[in-house]
Amino acid sequence: MTSKKIVLKFPKQLGDKPVIYKLVKDYNLEFNILKAVIMPDEEGLLVMELKGTADNYKNGIKYLESLGILIQPLSKDVTRDEEKCTHCGACVTICPTFAFIVDKKSTPARKIVFDDKKCIACELCIPACPLQAMELHF
Amino acid sequence: MMKTITEINEKLKNGEAVILNAEEMIDLVEKEGIKKAAQKVDVVTTGTFGPMCSSGIYINIGHSKPRIKLSAGECFLNDVPAYTGYAAVDISLGATALPPDDPRNKYHPGRFIYGGGHVIEEFVKGKDIKLVAKGYGTDCYPRKKLETFINIKDVNEAVLFNIRNCYQNYNCGVNLSDKTIYTYMGVLKPNLGNATYCSAGQLSPLLKDPYYRTIGIGTKIFLGGGVGFIAWQGTQHNPTVKRKHNGIPQAPAGTIAVIGDLKQMSHKWLRGTSMLGYGVTLTIGIGIPIPVLDEEIAKFTAIKDTEIFTQVVDYSKNYPEVLAGSLGEVNYAQLKSGEIELQGKTGLVKVPTASLSSYYKAVEIANILKEWLKEGRFLLTEPVEKLPGSETELTCKLLKERILTE
Repeated sequence: MTSKKIVLKFPKQLGDKPVIYKLVKDYNLEFNILKAVIMPDEEGLLVMELKGTADNYKNGIKYLESLGILIQPLSKDVTRDEEKCTHCGACVTICPTFAFIVDKKSTPARKIVFDDKKCIACELCIPACPLQAMELHF
Repeated sequence: MMKTITEINEKLKNGEAVILNAEEMIDLVEKEGIKKAAQKVDVVTTGTFGPMCSSGIYINIGHSKPRIKLSAGECFLNDVPAYTGYAAVDISLGATALPPDDPRNKYHPGRFIYGGGHVIEEFVKGKDIKLVAKGYGTDCYPRKKLETFINIKDVNEAVLFNIRNCYQNYNCGVNLSDKTIYTYMGVLKPNLGNATYCSAGQLSPLLKDPYYRTIGIGTKIFLGGGVGFIAWQGTQHNPTVKRKHNGIPQAPAGTIAVIGDLKQMSHKWLRGTSMLGYGVTLTIGIGIPIPVLDEEIAKFTAIKDTEIFTQVVDYSKNYPEVLAGSLGEVNYAQLKSGEIELQGKTGLVKVPTASLSSYYKAVEIANILKEWLKEGRFLLTEPVEKLPGSETELTCKLLKERILTE
C-alpha cells in the first residue's frame, strides 16, 4: 500500500475534466481531498491524500503527469523557517493534526518538532505563529 | 551567612566558582540535599524568552545639518510612529507601535505583520531603518523635514529600556465562550479548547528568588544577548499577591524594568512578534544569575515546576471585564505535560496546553550566562537597593475612573 499527501497543480485547460474520477475508476485509488482551489481560466490547485497499491499508485501518478499536472509532495508546501522559530510552542494546540510535537528529550528540553508528514496544509498555523516562522508555498 | 557576593566574585575571577543552571540545581538538590548543594554551588543561572509588551528603545540619532527639532513633531521609523517628546533628536520607539495604515482589527483577527517590535529586531540586526520626521522650525532648529536612513552603528546612543519585563509567574489563559478568541495569550479555542501559559516556570528568574533577596536595583543581567541592568521595579510590580508556603506567588507578581546598551545586543534574543488579532510585541531573552549565599537561597533556586502554581483565567469574559475568579490552580509540571484538567460545563475536561514562552531557548540563555560567568567576564553585582517586597503594602491597582468636568 502507498499513501501520500500530494499537491497537484492543474494547467488551466484541465479545469473541466473529471481527473479524480479516473483515478478511482481506472486505478482503484482512494482519495481524500484536503484543499481545492479552482478559478476559471486559471491554474487549479488540489491538495489530497492518495492511497492504493504501489502499482496502482505509480500508474495513477503517471496518468496525472501525462495530463500535464505538476505533482509534488505536500511536505514541501508548508515549511518552517528554522531561523525564525523560537520553539515557544504556540502552534502546538493550533494544529488540528498534531503536526507540532514538544520533544521532551531534546537538548535543551522542549524543542518544538514540526512533523510535515502529519501536515494537511490547513494553514491555521500560518497566522497563529507569533514569529511568522511558518510559510506556505502554494 | 555562608558566602558573600565579593567571595563568589573572587572565585569567578579565579575560575573556581561552581555555576549551575536552575535545571541542574534542581537535580543536584534532589540527589545531595539542600545543605550540600548550598555549600557546593556558588551561582545558579536562570533564563526566560517570551513576549514582553512593555519594551522599547530610545536612540539619539545625532544632529542633522542644518539642525532639526523633532520634539512635538511627527517621526516614523520604517513607517512605525516613534515618540519624540524629548529634546531635538532623541527618539523612543515602543514594541507595540503600529504603522498608521495597518488595518488593525478592521478585518478580525488582524495579522499585525509589522510594528515596533519588528523595527527593533531589524535595527539591532544592523539593517538600515527609514526615518521620516517633521519639525516645526525654530531660530536655532530651522529645518522642518528630515528623510534619511539610520543605522545602529551610526547613532550616538541606542538603548533598550523596558518598563515591565520578566513577570514573576503569569496566568494560564483559557476561553469559556463558544467562539475562538485572539488574545495576547495566543489563539484560544472555544469551550476550553486549549490553555496557554507564558513562563519558563522552574527556570524563570524571579521565581527562583521569590522574595528578591539577591535580585534588585542595579543587578547585572543577560539582556537581549548583551549585558543589561535592572533599573527599577517594573510597572504593575505586585509583590503582595498570595504566595504558597514556599514563597512562590500564585498569580502574576513581581516585575522588573531593565536597561542595556542595544548596540551589544543581538536580534537572536530580541524578536518582533505578531499576536494574531491582538498586536505586535517583542520576544526578549533575559537571564539573571543568582548567587547562592545560603541554604535559603539554595532552596529557592531548586524549586521545581511541580511546586510553582498559577491561576487559570478565562480570557473571554473574566479577564476583559475584570471579574475575579480562577477556574483552578495548576502547576507548571501539569502545564508542561501537555494537558490539564478543568471543570467544564458538563464536568471535568482535559484541556491541551501550549506555551508562548520558549523553554528551549530559556535553557540556552541560562547556559550562555553560565559560560559568561565561567569565563570570568561577567561578575555578580550587589543590588544597590531592594525591590519592594511582600513586606510592603504595594499592590497593583485598577484605574479609578472619574467623570470629566469643565
